[in-house]
Amino acid sequence: MAEAADQIFVALERWLVGHTPAGVRPVFAEVISVVALLAVFASLFAMTTVLERKGLGRIQNRYGPNRVGPFGILQPLADGIKSLTKEDIVPQAADRIVHFLAPVVLVLAAFSMYAVLPVGRNMVLANLDAGVLFFFAASSVMEVSIFMAGWSSRNKYSLLGAMRAVAQMISYEVPLILASITAVMAAGSLSTVTIVEKQAGYTGILPHWFVLTPWGFAGFVLFMIATTAESNRSPFDLPEGESEIIAGYFTEYSGFKFALFFLGEYIGMFAMSGLGITLFLGGWTAPLSFLTWVPSYLWFFAKLLFMIAMFIWIRGTLPRLRMDQLMNFAWKFMLPLALINLVTTGVWRFLPHGILRWIVCAVMVVVPYILLGRGLAQGWKLKKRVYRFAE
Amino acid sequence: MLGEGIAKGLVETARNFFGSYVSRERLTTVQYPEERLPQVEAARNFPFLVYDGDDWKAGMRCVACQICEKECPPKCIFIEKSKDKKPDAVGKPQFYPAVFNIDVSVCMSCQICVEVCPFEAIKMNTDFELSTDDRFCGLLWDKERLSRSNEYYHGIHPTEAAEVDARLAEEKAKVEAKAKAAAENTPQTVSGAASTR
Repeated sequence: MAEAADQIFVALERWLVGHTPAGVRPVFAEVISVVALLAVFASLFAMTTVLERKGLGRIQNRYGPNRVGPFGILQPLADGIKSLTKEDIVPQAADRIVHFLAPVVLVLAAFSMYAVLPVGRNMVLANLDAGVLFFFAASSVMEVSIFMAGWSSRNKYSLLGAMRAVAQMISYEVPLILASITAVMAAGSLSTVTIVEKQAGYTGILPHWFVLTPWGFAGFVLFMIATTAESNRSPFDLPEGESEIIAGYFTEYSGFKFALFFLGEYIGMFAMSGLGITLFLGGWTAPLSFLTWVPSYLWFFAKLLFMIAMFIWIRGTLPRLRMDQLMNFAWKFMLPLALINLVTTGVWRFLPHGILRWIVCAVMVVVPYILLGRGLAQGWKLKKRVYRFAE
Repeated sequence: MLGEGIAKGLVETARNFFGSYVSRERLTTVQYPEERLPQVEAARNFPFLVYDGDDWKAGMRCVACQICEKECPPKCIFIEKSKDKKPDAVGKPQFYPAVFNIDVSVCMSCQICVEVCPFEAIKMNTDFELSTDDRFCGLLWDKERLSRSNEYYHGIHPTEAAEVDARLAEEKAKVEAKAKAAAENTPQTVSGAASTR
């Protein structure tokens, strides 16, 4: 019974495909999966916009939007209608083709990342042997589209904003990938399906998720911070927030293209959280051994909703980082910790099972964190200013 | 330790989030058209004319002395005296305003008309939901529109209204005492009593 509920979408797809002529079947199967993914994640985007506004509102001691439907849940409909009916303005000096293509490339790249995420048991669109590599390649295309947006607008401030955004995203790619490599090392494969399967066992009631090991926990935290920076979300939303003060790379976009940018960024955020869930939180596996009767796709989406709630919580709490603070954080703090984490993973792999490897790896994770934190914080203390020539 | 501040901040926002569902202090929004905050007693917006009793024509305290018209800085009050007299708040027969218009779009709510009125006839109202779509006469209020009962005055400014009532009652008592004294004296002089004074 639990088995049937778990595989219901797979069975549904097989039934639908069975009604088509034999020649078209492979293509049709893929098309159905793609349509399903698009529908699910687009509606998740709509739901997230409302949840975010209401969540941020409650954190800030106010109601969120509550006029449009009961408790404001039809707000995305109102937003969609608004963005569709706005006039599409393209600056006269702008490069029209690139200006048009930038949001399209963003959305394409963002949606293509979902191809390698296993949403449930036997529910992955493309079981690539190098799934993680494909994922990071697709996420890098998102950065290109942001630069396209800033460049094509023919606006100094847009270009500056785009430069900063690209600098931020490139700097945070490094700890992101280094953190994911630890999971790949532990699973021994770049295929996302294999990585999830390696986390599917249970010891007692606890699962074999990578996040429950010292190196996995550090890797997960690094991965999530880097994801927040990659998706330009608060506290790393300097490229977006700049739009409020001067122009950002968004400025010359209005109406539907702006909505596409918004969509692309959120979809990218979901996809990266999805990868984080796959690599560290066990993908579609249940958290406790007696909960495996709940269908796998429900666990995946529960974890995804949890990650979205974390993003909203962090957004409501932390102030924005300045550009130099952001870059320092990536290169001076996260990169050394990510490298040390790689070594820790190797140590974990080669020490014998038992309490010793837990202690050693925990020390190897915690001590660099404390020392590095203390060391960097020293540099931030304000000292008395000394003048070379004026004394 | 690094990250301690962030953790404290996260705890505070979580407290705000969950607290906003249970405590009024954490969700102070008043959803305007459906709920309204009560106004403080000293709030003021535009003037109104007070009347005692149920009939606004008979009970109006205003005696058309035109002091408020002369003192009003933007000159938004327009008064025309009546030809006949009617008893005022303390019982004396006085003129009353045949026309009393205030142009509320000109009025600046300075309260000078209230301060100078010797008859406690004009007071400040607190009502602010006054939008109209009639751009010519919608904000030019006449006598009837401006009249509110004394009960209404007690409703919006209780302390002030109680003081005003006390003062008026005192004056009325004085006037009545004088009238009684005059009535008592008159029969003696009419009957031409002898001169034991």
